[in-house]
Amino acid sequence: MTRTALTPRATLSLRTRRWLSFTASLVLLAVVLVLSLALGARGIEFSQVWPALFSPEVGNNDQLVIRDLRLPRTIVGLLAGLALGVAGAVMQGVTRNPLADPGLLGVNAGASLAVVFAISVLSITNPTGYIWFAFAGAAAAASIVYAIGSLGREGATPVKLVLAGTAVTAGITSVISLVLISDTDTLNIFRFWSVGSLASRDLEAVRLVVGFVVAGLTFAAISGRMLNLVALGDDLARGLGQRVYVARAVAAGAVVLLCGSATALAGPIVFVGLVVPHIVRPFTGPDYRWIIAVSAIVGPSLLLIADIVGRLIVSPSELEAGLVVAVIGAPVMIALVRRVKLAGL
Amino acid sequence: MSRTPRVILSLSVVAVALALISIAVGAYTLSLPDLMATLFGGGTPSDRFIVLKLRLPRVLLAVLVSIGFGLAGALFQSLLRNALASPDIIGISGGASVAAVLSLLVFGATGLVVPLSALLGALVVAFTIYLLSWRSGMNGMRFVLIGVGIAFMAQAVLGYLITRGDVRDAQQALVWMVGGLGGSSWGDILIMAVSLAVLLPAVVVLAAKLRMLQLGDDLAAGLGVSVQRSRLALIVVAVALVAIATALVGPLAFVAFVSAPIARRLVGGGGLALVPSALVAIVLVLGSDFVAQHLIATGAQVPTGIVTGIVGAPYLLWLISTTNREGRAS
Repeated sequence: MTRTALTPRATLSLRTRRWLSFTASLVLLAVVLVLSLALGARGIEFSQVWPALFSPEVGNNDQLVIRDLRLPRTIVGLLAGLALGVAGAVMQGVTRNPLADPGLLGVNAGASLAVVFAISVLSITNPTGYIWFAFAGAAAAASIVYAIGSLGREGATPVKLVLAGTAVTAGITSVISLVLISDTDTLNIFRFWSVGSLASRDLEAVRLVVGFVVAGLTFAAISGRMLNLVALGDDLARGLGQRVYVARAVAAGAVVLLCGSATALAGPIVFVGLVVPHIVRPFTGPDYRWIIAVSAIVGPSLLLIADIVGRLIVSPSELEAGLVVAVIGAPVMIALVRRVKLAGL
Repeated sequence: MSRTPRVILSLSVVAVALALISIAVGAYTLSLPDLMATLFGGGTPSDRFIVLKLRLPRVLLAVLVSIGFGLAGALFQSLLRNALASPDIIGISGGASVAAVLSLLVFGATGLVVPLSALLGALVVAFTIYLLSWRSGMNGMRFVLIGVGIAFMAQAVLGYLITRGDVRDAQQALVWMVGGLGGSSWGDILIMAVSLAVLLPAVVVLAAKLRMLQLGDDLAAGLGVSVQRSRLALIVVAVALVAIATALVGPLAFVAFVSAPIARRLVGGGGLALVPSALVAIVLVLGSDFVAQHLIATGAQVPTGIVTGIVGAPYLLWLISTTNREGRAS
């Protein structure tokens, strides 16, 4: 039905284009990482970045800011962006729906409900304290969606997953709104978590989830070839020897691990997972192994660019990365959708 | 054999029953004979006040806006051939919310200004999506993707407004964003009724064209349908339906999205199921409003839009898990 390939009018061979885009996105990410360490409300010279990381001077405040504030948020952005980019690509592959977002499995809603619970019932107010709640909520919601989507004779078909995901999200969102409308104190804390931000996270949070990200990436890497077959349609994939339910289960596992980690780290950041595969696809073609690999590089670049813009645009205050990312990502997506010819696949 | 007539009949019976219960039951409950007498011009003055001034407007408005939401969702999902392409997901409700919340929080607006801003916001967003997706013809997939991009931008603006303002203002904005039937008046009913009187005949005419468009653009063109013009007309009608309904009651979460998939599963087959979709929306909204008013015990008034998700989601999930037919996702 709705799988779409964006076919660019470039004349380079697909192979050249893939390697070029892979290399170009790596260079972009490297530049963005350096900028993320160097730029911010406090003006710091580029020359301080290297010594701050590898030969810190005692009592140098610039280097202290880089090491204690900017390095953690850069690493959080790197991990979260990577997880969201890859999860988005896998999600669009498994549901064969170009509108699929990692949040579609109910991940963001589940994490949000658990965090609301943590705030309103347990009075936890520190972002690192939410990690396990966010992770558990995300995993629980995704499992429910996947389980319900799998009931019935034909298993977890894309349409059922999409509908089940949206239904669970809507139900949970209703419960969250009900709490927030009657509980002003919880709303006051939750509203800041809910927009998604890389600020005030520490390396302890990274240490807690990095294992899950690695596991999720492994699943995603395995799922790439299977998704290529599933993209042909369930019947053809079966005919070629692919057990469709295995492909879907591996992909769903990847999405849960990756999105759970990203949401636990940075809050429910939307849009990265949706837009990154759309940015990548015109350059890589429809092969999911390439889409996933390049999304893994473009995802963190986009999220960190959003974070850097958010730091500079209203300096010395800042805008959360989760807000900025849609405002700079959406025009890119619209321009791409307009520029390339949309071909059904 | 289609199950459509049977489904329509049962849904209508449920809708009428829910409407009567909503009017009769409350802090002061009327008996069925009293209710009937009051509705048909008799009854005591106090009964007349409670029924005609307080409860009937709310039920009537619920029915009328539900028709708008249900049809708009069904039209969008069929036209754009994507189960996710309901007005809440392609940015149209988002545009309405941004404009309304902006008028509430930034300009301190009250009264008629808020629904007018919402209407304007929805129309501006729809027009923008249409313009941006036009490239020697409108492509459904391009429309959807651009709509989703705009929806996320709207969400970011809402997130900004909600996190920057005072928490009490944020709460007020949140109440508007989930939508409710609290302030229903005969004026609102008149607006929605007139809009439907204009738009429903258009839906009837366009439904025939939509059925052919579902066969694919080329085949439809071969059958004599002017593809671009029909598609534009369908979008205009669907946007008008959802924009006016949203302006009056806020974006009742989930109603536009869920009504058509539920209706298609009930009816079976691959039809458009427009009438069943509207009826499902009516039942969902009346049921949710009853739950919101009577079954949830909190001090504050609970907006109807909060409950639509809690009531509608389990039902859709149950349908997904029990029907083997996929309905048509288109």
